[in-house]
Amino acid sequence: MSSTTPETKAPTAETKAPATNRVGLSIKEYGGSKSTLCVGCGHDVITRQITQAMYEMSIAPHKVAKLSGIGCSSKTTAYFADRGHGFNAVHGRMPAVATGALMVNSSLIGIGVSGDGDTASIGAGQFVHLLRRNVPMVYIVENNGVYGLTKGQFSATADAGSKLKTGAVNDLPAIDLCAMAIELGCGYVARSFSGDMKQLVALLKGAFAHRGTALLDVISPCVTFNNHESSTKSYKWAKDHEIPIHEIGFIPYFEEIAVEYDPGTTQDVELHDGSHIRLRKLREDYDPTSKGQALSLCLEAQAKTEFLTGLIYAEPRKKDFLELSGVAGEPIVSIPDARLRPPKKSLDEIMESLK
Amino acid sequence: MSTAVLEEKRPETANRPPVINDFSIHVATANGSGSQSSNNILMRSIFQMGIPVSGKNLFPSNIQGLPTWFTIRASKEGFIARRRDVGVLICMNPETAHEDVKTVAPGAAVIYEESLKLDGLRQDVVFYPVPFQKLVLELVHDGKLRRLAVNMIYVGVAAWLLGIDMAEIEKAVAKQFKSKASAVEVNMSAIRGGLEWAGKNLTKRDPFRLERMNATAGKIIIEGNAAAAIGCMMAGVQFLAWYPITPSSSLAEALIDYAGRYRIDPETGQPTFAVVQAEDELAALGMVLGAAWAGARSMTTTSGPGISLMSEFAGLGYYTEIPAVVVDVQRVGPSTGLPTRTMQGDITSTYYLSHGDAKHILLLPGSVEECYSMAIDAFDLAERFQTPVFLMSDLDLGMNNWMADPFPYPDKPLDRGKVLKTREELEAHIARFKEFARYRDVDGDGIPWRTLPGFIDSPAATYFTRGSGHNERGLYTERPDDYQRNMDRLARKFDTARRFVPRPVVSNGSGSRVGVIAYGSSDFAVEEARVILARKGLPIDYLRLRALPFTTETADFVSAHDRVYVVDQNRDGQMVDLLRLELGPHATKLRSIRHYDGFPLDAETVIEGIEAGEKR
Ligand SMILES: Cc1ncc(C[n+]2csc(CCOP(=O)(O)OP(=O)(O)O)c2C)c(N)n1
Ligand code: SF4
Ligand SMILES: [Mg+2]
Repeated sequence: MSSTTPETKAPTAETKAPATNRVGLSIKEYGGSKSTLCVGCGHDVITRQITQAMYEMSIAPHKVAKLSGIGCSSKTTAYFADRGHGFNAVHGRMPAVATGALMVNSSLIGIGVSGDGDTASIGAGQFVHLLRRNVPMVYIVENNGVYGLTKGQFSATADAGSKLKTGAVNDLPAIDLCAMAIELGCGYVARSFSGDMKQLVALLKGAFAHRGTALLDVISPCVTFNNHESSTKSYKWAKDHEIPIHEIGFIPYFEEIAVEYDPGTTQDVELHDGSHIRLRKLREDYDPTSKGQALSLCLEAQAKTEFLTGLIYAEPRKKDFLELSGVAGEPIVSIPDARLRPPKKSLDEIMESLK
Repeated sequence: MSTAVLEEKRPETANRPPVINDFSIHVATANGSGSQSSNNILMRSIFQMGIPVSGKNLFPSNIQGLPTWFTIRASKEGFIARRRDVGVLICMNPETAHEDVKTVAPGAAVIYEESLKLDGLRQDVVFYPVPFQKLVLELVHDGKLRRLAVNMIYVGVAAWLLGIDMAEIEKAVAKQFKSKASAVEVNMSAIRGGLEWAGKNLTKRDPFRLERMNATAGKIIIEGNAAAAIGCMMAGVQFLAWYPITPSSSLAEALIDYAGRYRIDPETGQPTFAVVQAEDELAALGMVLGAAWAGARSMTTTSGPGISLMSEFAGLGYYTEIPAVVVDVQRVGPSTGLPTRTMQGDITSTYYLSHGDAKHILLLPGSVEECYSMAIDAFDLAERFQTPVFLMSDLDLGMNNWMADPFPYPDKPLDRGKVLKTREELEAHIARFKEFARYRDVDGDGIPWRTLPGFIDSPAATYFTRGSGHNERGLYTERPDDYQRNMDRLARKFDTARRFVPRPVVSNGSGSRVGVIAYGSSDFAVEEARVILARKGLPIDYLRLRALPFTTETADFVSAHDRVYVVDQNRDGQMVDLLRLELGPHATKLRSIRHYDGFPLDAETVIEGIEAGEKR
């Protein structure tokens, strides 16, 4: 992500007014419309963490472009950052809309919210190409293993052998979105659980500080269609099975870095804007900057149906699509009309060459 | 031997009156055999002699091997539509040679590779056997260059037979090879070799001749796709997303090429536009909507199959009211077979593209000039009406060579439509209308105002973009009255557009009770047909459509005539269908002429259609 923290006035000292962040906004000002999702839906929990992370990162909300496809998950862009612009596109096609919007305005802060149906099925093609291009944005998949909005059909991330409430069994293997993202060159790949708020907020903040696509595959239980005993995407299953690969701390560039740091048990990943992600290792010698390790971690976890969470892969220095396309400077939409139309001399020159 | 001497030695045509500057040359080759340069040189040399020309490439969907024909029409009267009868045939493709010879008009001249032994096929044409393969061995020493150079030999032979000025050929060769000395030399020596061989060995027995005129001075030759690309660039396009498909790829490629030269900001060195080669057409239009939503002048270019894939996003663009320019270079139907042939095949499907009540503005360019000017109009209209606008070109217009006057510099500034881009503009708007509501019709024309993401730091500026369910303020709603009110406003907006789209070109005054309506690339053949019909004592009036929705002139034209022929380049008469829906009681006056064999329309088809109808 580019320029997440514009410099404005620091909040004025002790008053009765609510706490504000570095751009003088309270957390309320990062809120959105009232959710219309089912009570207890995992997606609503994620919405709250997004709001929290944006507030803590002092993101200028009017710079936020909220992009989504179709699904219960995709609706949630309306439930945070009302001061930003939202675009609820068509099913599975948010990546294209995001690519267009972010290409022409390098100053926007893109956040895409999608579902497992939206991303792993109908939108799989566009998802692949978004990652391949490294479009600078945070891309959250609110993964519940089903199609919530169309009432509970299996999605392509449902684990083999998992059962619907109706008793129908899924015979097909799950698509591992994180493994796919690593494969495709994504420079920030994380898995989390909507019930693990502390980890999720840290990962989100890291994602906002990252330049390039940051993928967060967040298990987000659907309480209505996929929260039963035999589901591997239920609250209970996720709570019982979550194995964090590290403890994550996020240190924004504007805060001093604490000194204690033991390379044996902790690892620091410096992000593009100077922020740091500090990982306290729980899994011996796991290095999330190693693509090989990251991929084998995904494969092993899949083989054992393990639910590993954390920052699986980080490659913070990759060029994003705007840099690669030479349009990372002045936003194209800010160029005045007078500079968009070539002068008469240019047209005359072309006409002369055609005579 | 000098050219001048050869010119003198050319014998006069025996017995038949000469046919001067009024015939077509048909070059039959195999695709990928490198005949493109030779054909261009032939065409340009004739053009430089001041004779009106057009060049059409009738090519297969294949990279190498399948038959391809290039037709050059010279017309002293300036007719540049396809001409059905072939005057001069150059037979270079053994696969099609027999068939090619059978289809030429009686009296035609046939230049062919000697070893094909075609001369027994017909008695009523003039055969000129030429030992191309033998000649190329003598003339070109580098074996690798021979395959291409053999095509230059027919340029030389044709030059001698038809009387093409060698000085013009030299100019055309220099232009073709961008003055690259070695290429110019090899090719010129092959051309000269052909010319000299013809001078020594042939006796001219056909009537076809080219003579200098002064009808092309100051004109340009250009393909419609390049013309549209220049238009898009001059319109200030800021974002292009595209997926390669014939016949539209050359438009995107020309645009990337021109913009790479003329749209680099001198101060920053950064391009003032962005390009994405998308993963498919569906993504291409999605990207365009995203970029346009963010405030950029955005476009994509495609053909029928891509239009089908864009259907869902086209509807989203209509309902969310996001400007977009889609250039559709139309071609024949789906999948394999005739994708490299021309058709006006997407008129109805594009007019109503997508589900729900979506309908769209279509612009119908009828010349390369209009490919240019309407590309500019398309951006202005898209932003003025905040909706996708489709520029409906076709393969004939887009990929063939057309003569035109140089394009004028745009005389109006860009029309960016109703955008509140600054805090001052927003505040003035709020002072006038109490608040900014994205989908409210405050001006009575059905067109609302919009803001752009990231521009104004104020909650009053933002709104949420979503498909069908939004009220005037952009808030989520499923209320019937909100939905219906919005749909009625969209209809009002579409009605407003009728007054702003390019108006038809009406040629009344022939005094006839008979009229013809046509659009797009049909114009050339229809204009020619009118001249010929008038000579035959059947003058007809003409209305050329330039846009959908229809404007008032169309109904007026039909009501002022007894019978109106509508020319469509598709089997089912897509435009005549739309006209029937539009016209109500007058629809009974309409008659349909349909051309749908994949080749460009010719005047004879129009003449035959009208004559047959008038005899009834
Ligand atoms: C082209 C198209 N096909 C089908 C649908 C129907 N549809 C709406 S949401 C959805 C699935 C959403 O699943 P997911 O992305 O997992 O979101 P969730 O509701 O589970 O959060 C489908 C199939 C649609 N809107 N558009
Ligand atoms: S159906 Fe499932 S995914 Fe949708 S809102 Fe309800 S709980 Fe959430
Ligand atoms: Mg889901």
